[in-house]
Amino acid sequence: MTNSDWPLWEVFVRSRRGLSHTHAGSLHAPDAELALRNARDLYTRRGEGVSIWVVPSAAITASSPDEKDPFFEPAADKPYRHPTFYEIPEGVKHL
Amino acid sequence: MTATVPVPTTAALALGDDALVLSHRLGEWAGHAPVLEEEVALANIALDLLGQARVLLSMAGDEDELAFLREERAFTNLQLVEQPNGDFAHTIARQLYFSTYQHLLYAELARGDGRFAPLAAKAVKEVAYHRDHAEQWTLRLGDGTDVSHERMRRACEALWRFTGEMFQPVRGLDVDWPGLEAAWLDAVSDVLRRATLTVPEGPRSGAWAAGAGRQGLHTEPFGRMLAEMQHLHRSHPGASW
Amino acid sequence: MATAAAHRTAGTPAHDASDAAAGTDARQAAFDAAVAADERIEPRDWMPDAYRATLVRQIAQHAHSEIIGMQPEANWITRAPSLRRKAILMAKVQDEAGHGLYLYSAAETLGTSREELLDKLHSGRQKYSSIFNYPTLTWADVGAIGWLVDGAAITNQVPLCRCSYGPYARAMVRVCKEESFHQRQGYELLLALSRGTPEQHAMAQDAVNRWWWPSLMMFGPPDDASQHSAQSMAWKIKRHSNDELRQRFVDICVPQAESLGLTLPDPDLKWNEERGHHDFGAIDWTEFWDVLKGNGPCNEQRLTQRRRAHDEGAWVREAAAAHAAKHSGEHTGAVAGRTGVKQA
Repeated sequence: MTNSDWPLWEVFVRSRRGLSHTHAGSLHAPDAELALRNARDLYTRRGEGVSIWVVPSAAITASSPDEKDPFFEPAADKPYRHPTFYEIPEGVKHL
Repeated sequence: MTATVPVPTTAALALGDDALVLSHRLGEWAGHAPVLEEEVALANIALDLLGQARVLLSMAGDEDELAFLREERAFTNLQLVEQPNGDFAHTIARQLYFSTYQHLLYAELARGDGRFAPLAAKAVKEVAYHRDHAEQWTLRLGDGTDVSHERMRRACEALWRFTGEMFQPVRGLDVDWPGLEAAWLDAVSDVLRRATLTVPEGPRSGAWAAGAGRQGLHTEPFGRMLAEMQHLHRSHPGASW
Repeated sequence: MATAAAHRTAGTPAHDASDAAAGTDARQAAFDAAVAADERIEPRDWMPDAYRATLVRQIAQHAHSEIIGMQPEANWITRAPSLRRKAILMAKVQDEAGHGLYLYSAAETLGTSREELLDKLHSGRQKYSSIFNYPTLTWADVGAIGWLVDGAAITNQVPLCRCSYGPYARAMVRVCKEESFHQRQGYELLLALSRGTPEQHAMAQDAVNRWWWPSLMMFGPPDDASQHSAQSMAWKIKRHSNDELRQRFVDICVPQAESLGLTLPDPDLKWNEERGHHDFGAIDWTEFWDVLKGNGPCNEQRLTQRRRAHDEGAWVREAAAAHAAKHSGEHTGAVAGRTGVKQA
């Protein structure tokens, strides 16, 4: 990295109150303040947001695709965690 | 000529011309900005200003006639906003001086109940962002590298003599001009100090710059700017676009 | 869109050298299966080197096209003939910078930095769309670019929203949403000219005459001469052939030109009942290859301006980086999740 390269930031935007922040994309900025401002200009110029988070990309730890199976498959065969697993007689309300 | 137009029109033109001309200058950056993210930022500011200009000029007449068919001497913008972009430091210094002024001015107009209060109330939010952008960059350029410090110092000094004009009272605006000037000086001095820059020592208005833009007296680059801006519109009289 | 972060994180388990061959086969199979099932490939997934290289080349070229494409239109910002048009044009050129940014971040998820990509653009090692090597001579060119060039780009890009590489597909969704305003403003601009004074009408017709053929060339060489097409189709990076998209574009444009009251400069253009498509004249591919090789009217000018902006901006980027290094740890923004991000 030369001294004029700016680090990469991930941008998360809350599109409206009541919703959580969603990953919108990334950008370059020299520091957090400018990252926020760049994110505002780039990702919300059509009114797409009411709140922004910026996170240095280097600070994100991601699960590895190689660990996909041990990480996620065990959750796939536990249907009893889902409400549709249970049969309820017709006509019973508020369940 | 200002004597023949109604007072609110004078003010609408003064504020509208400031916004129009600065927007045009910022538009000249398109495709030339130092980093892509700044392309987007500068265009946002230019678009805000152009939007303000259109509302203000429409208060005084037809926006396009006023923008494209007036002669140089009929424009009443500050000389500061017509100054060429120069390097990025010059553009930022111009932004710092003007957006601080515009922010303080519009905040005061928004608090009042004059004709400009509704416009000012909307614009003040836009301008707060412009001011923030200018401050952020002043801090980074002033307190960045030796090269950027020197460039920013030169830019702040070069434009300093155009800043006195901003506080010449504009007829039709109910503003505490000396109070505005004091607040501006405080705010700008504070940013410059934090940016490790010193407040320029030169005069804030020369014999020519003092209130001149508001009276239709401009600097040479402005004529060429207008020639470029107006050429196409004037080449097709009466055409619609 | 893109999480370039993915490349920097730890956690890829090491494999024995003896496992490597078998591992690659299994990974290749998993990749092929994902593509076949129309699933998206994501940044940290294993992918064939050639797939990665193709994507980097294509996304970079696309990003470069967006930022070089700012120049021919920015050429008219300072001369726009009404304030309304000026605002529209500024917003459009700004969008192009934005699209460049979305695309560079998609490319960065493949492990190539924006700096490297810009370097390759500036040194001529990566291309941008040849269409931007044509000059904008009159105001009507702004309209013709919106209608024809952006129209052709959209025809090319809409299928890319379903491209097999996730970050690219997501970037394209955003780009396409924004591009539709670009095309409509161009059409509206030309319509105003076409219905305006005789001089304005002539200006519009002249622009369409000059931009029509280069727009058709934007779909790339004919299928039988396109070197990357077949592989890209197999990988579902590309969904339709060059000729297919070109035909679709011609069919769309003919009635639009009629509504504009302008003609398309092709005497051979006519409806073919049997094919259910318009026939059109032969494209001058000699010109296409010539412009691609660098002999277009503006190749030199576009690259020179881009390099100059980059070089003249170096001190600004350095200053901000130096400032950040001096002041790291002084961040004043609110902590997300505690008090909410207070700024912007």
